[in-house]
Amino acid sequence: MQGIVIATLIVGVIGLLIGAALVAAGKKFYVEIDEREALVRECLPGNNCGGCGRAGCDAAAAAIVKGEAGVNVCPVCDEKAIEKISAIMGVDGAETVKRRAFVRCAGTCDKTSVKCNYVGIHDCRSAVLSGLSVWQCDYGCLGFGSCVEACAFDAIHMKDGAAVVDPEKCTGCGRCAAVCPKNLIELIRSDAGTAVACSSHARGPEVKKVCAAGCIGCKLCTKQCEAEAVSVEGNLAHIDYEKCTGCGKCAEKCPAKAIVRL
Amino acid sequence: MKVKTVLMLRKTFQGGVHPADGKEFARNEPYRTYLPKGDLVFPLNQHIGKPARPVVQKGDTVLAGQLLAEADGFVSANIVSSCSGRVKAVENRKTVAGPSVPCIVVENDGNYTLAEGVGRETDASVLTGSEILDKIKAAGIIGLGGAGFPTHVKLAPKNPQEIEYVIANGAECEPYITCDDQLMRTRAGEIVEGLKIMLRLFPNAKGVILIEENKPEAIKAMEQACAGQEKVCVRAVHTKYPQGGERSVISVVAGKHLKLGMLPADAGCVVDNVATVHAVYRAVCRSEPVMERGFTVSGDAVKSPCNLMVRIGTSFEEVLNEAGGIREGVKARKMLCGGPMMGIALASLDVPVCKNNNALTVLCTDPVAEAEKVQTACLRCGRCNQVCPLGLTPQMMAAAAEKKNYERYEKKLYGLECIACGSCTYICPAKRPLMQLFKQAKAEIMAAKRK
Repeated sequence: MQGIVIATLIVGVIGLLIGAALVAAGKKFYVEIDEREALVRECLPGNNCGGCGRAGCDAAAAAIVKGEAGVNVCPVCDEKAIEKISAIMGVDGAETVKRRAFVRCAGTCDKTSVKCNYVGIHDCRSAVLSGLSVWQCDYGCLGFGSCVEACAFDAIHMKDGAAVVDPEKCTGCGRCAAVCPKNLIELIRSDAGTAVACSSHARGPEVKKVCAAGCIGCKLCTKQCEAEAVSVEGNLAHIDYEKCTGCGKCAEKCPAKAIVRL
Repeated sequence: MKVKTVLMLRKTFQGGVHPADGKEFARNEPYRTYLPKGDLVFPLNQHIGKPARPVVQKGDTVLAGQLLAEADGFVSANIVSSCSGRVKAVENRKTVAGPSVPCIVVENDGNYTLAEGVGRETDASVLTGSEILDKIKAAGIIGLGGAGFPTHVKLAPKNPQEIEYVIANGAECEPYITCDDQLMRTRAGEIVEGLKIMLRLFPNAKGVILIEENKPEAIKAMEQACAGQEKVCVRAVHTKYPQGGERSVISVVAGKHLKLGMLPADAGCVVDNVATVHAVYRAVCRSEPVMERGFTVSGDAVKSPCNLMVRIGTSFEEVLNEAGGIREGVKARKMLCGGPMMGIALASLDVPVCKNNNALTVLCTDPVAEAEKVQTACLRCGRCNQVCPLGLTPQMMAAAAEKKNYERYEKKLYGLECIACGSCTYICPAKRPLMQLFKQAKAEIMAAKRK
């Protein structure tokens, strides 16, 4: 009986001592955390896609709270989420423009053809490094799907040898644009009406030789546009979305259908 | 008995492989000079460093040996015309490396009229060190073995007094290529002269000509040329790939193991290909800039494999036609600029020969496609670790590269030191594309660093 009492006392006293030590340590080594950080983190999507240019959503939340980044730093968040974050931070909601990725190449297998047989690692960047021009066109999509692999939202897929973005799923994080070695992927306003689906700066006849869907720089589109939003630079059409009204006349007239309606 | 075996073993570097050398195709073919008929294309970035700056314009008339583009910056090299004619364009053209780069296109008039002063005999013994370097710079000499590093920069290290060895690298370990072999057999005396000129820049240095044992004729010719010379000698070495790598050469000749990040000059060595040494002789003694180079056309798909003296800027297509084209009844499945170990696969032959391209290899089979069919997961056998001449761990590097763990790749596994010799890929029983992984990892790490 006595043994049990002694043991209980010893364990109890040790427990109390350790408890006291923990309380003291907790006070001494207390790290101040802004509670807003956790709240902001709640509003962020949590995919850790890196679209904001930071290591992940935790890092983005910390940056927002510290004021290193704006409340609209996350390209994935919709307006509601940005409003929530603004409310937490006590600032006015910054204007957000939703963006989506767009692949500026429509060179599918039926429009262009393969020039040489590439063997090796199936990755666009490896293929570019090998120096082989896999497709007839030097500018177009390689079709090995580095962007597909990079997408955290399952929003980009390979279709007939060229990448296609699913606008419903795309959040505009820009990860695919960063990995594309041909710089084909552009982030455009998600309400844009038209887009140029070609990146070739080659001259018209050369484009025609290699691809049926390429921009030949004929300038028909510039003549159609009433808002003067379309220009042709370096044998390639370019749409200025500040001016574009999304009427779609340029897409209608484009002989190669290199300008597409979205 | 044991002592004798040890003595018989030649000093060599660690690791390495013994691929089938394929040298039988062209090794006994003496040089033929080939003068191209078509236009010549001169890319402005044939060397490592800043691309040269064009000094001619469209429509200008140029002579063979005339300057087309001058070195722009410290690490850069001159580019001279290798034919006479008219400058047709300064535009972007495709090159061996893939992307289009600015090139000077010269319409060849077929006369090869030499510019004034080219070919003038000069007595090298009266020149000072800086005059020699100026002549080398003017001639646009770069590492002709493949790296393309400007030679006038390499020959001007910070500490010329401390250089112990100037090594003329005639190992030529890459399979199929035999142009250096032929150069040593037929121009041994000139190579020795070139080496002696280089030695004048380094007062305390000895000249060594390093040749693999599988070239007995070249060894004999060079030994004869070196007979009676005090500071120059021939060193025959074990035949093993990559014997011609700079680090392998230094470990065999100087017995020094280059630590990570060290340059050859830090180990007291200057290593130059025999073709570069020969170019130095021609530049200094005969005022001839780099207009032509030895070039091997070989492989089992070539009708008559040969060694040619080709003009810089000739298209690969013309060079292949000079070798008889593709053999009847076979299909060329793989075309490589260089040899099969380190060469670059070509999609088209409509690209020009640059100063640092030494061979065209055309094969009936595509070994990479064959390997891809039987590729499996890594077996962890560790053979790649055994053969790596730098003592790296390709197996772990590949795992890190595949996971894109570039931090580990660079800092823990020293992956940036990889010289891309391909020994690991050659030996891998699982046929993993190791070298390609490493090249990609290196490119991405370097791109991230530039940002």
